[in-house]
Amino acid sequence: MSINAIFDVAGSAMSAQSIRLNTVASNLANAQTASSSIGQTFRARHPVFAPLYQDQLGAGGTAQGDAQAGVQVLGIVESDAPLQPRYEPHHPLADEQGYVYYPNVNVVEEMADMISASRSFQINVQVVEAAKTLAQRVLALGQ
Amino acid sequence: MAINFNAALGVHEQALLVRERRAGVLAANLANADTPHFQARDLDFQALIRQAAGEQDGSRLRATQALHIGAGAPAIAGDLLYRTPMQPTLDGNTVDADIEMAQFARNSLDFQASLTFLQGKFRGLRSALKGE
Repeated sequence: MSINAIFDVAGSAMSAQSIRLNTVASNLANAQTASSSIGQTFRARHPVFAPLYQDQLGAGGTAQGDAQAGVQVLGIVESDAPLQPRYEPHHPLADEQGYVYYPNVNVVEEMADMISASRSFQINVQVVEAAKTLAQRVLALGQ
Repeated sequence: MAINFNAALGVHEQALLVRERRAGVLAANLANADTPHFQARDLDFQALIRQAAGEQDGSRLRATQALHIGAGAPAIAGDLLYRTPMQPTLDGNTVDADIEMAQFARNSLDFQASLTFLQGKFRGLRSALKGE
């Protein structure tokens, strides 16, 4: 029954979006975390989404099932954007030249990402609610 | 005259199955609204229903002998189509969440309409059986 599959699909999307929200939160939390070398500096992290087809979910690779794709998180990649060196010789973490390194977190981008993730999450909640209504109507058929 | 469930329920049974399947496809589109390179899919409801109805009224090839080769796929196995994007994104995703949401809501209403029709059919059968 494909209404039950809707719950799996929307659930995988909600899980993926919450991972995205988590990375946004950690990026924003660490946006001002300075360090004394390039290697130790926090870098912005972003999840990579990919479709997850139903036969991969193990629900049986039928002709109907292969159409329904959930979402999986393939991995989390770190941003390649350049770090921000700042000349702060009085900072306790400053190196010999007086520089500290700040993460390459773009706060504006992260805020936009946060709004997008929460909107997508809401959409999937609505889908689950609609699917629940449909399933209840089917169960009430014939009464 | 014997009561035949296939004849009694009409096209609504097929319509319900197609709409259920379409709900799943649209939910998958919405789930992948942020997945790079994901392409939105949809079903052509009218074509599928015409196919289902056509099989019932006999306008399709019919096997009258055991040796005849069966023609056509079963009524529900319609092909999934790709949606034509109005505004594709830079990452190759063609899901427009607003369109998909509207279609999903409409499909849910249609699904409930089909259920209501089926319920009416069952009610009719039941009152015929009771003979009251």
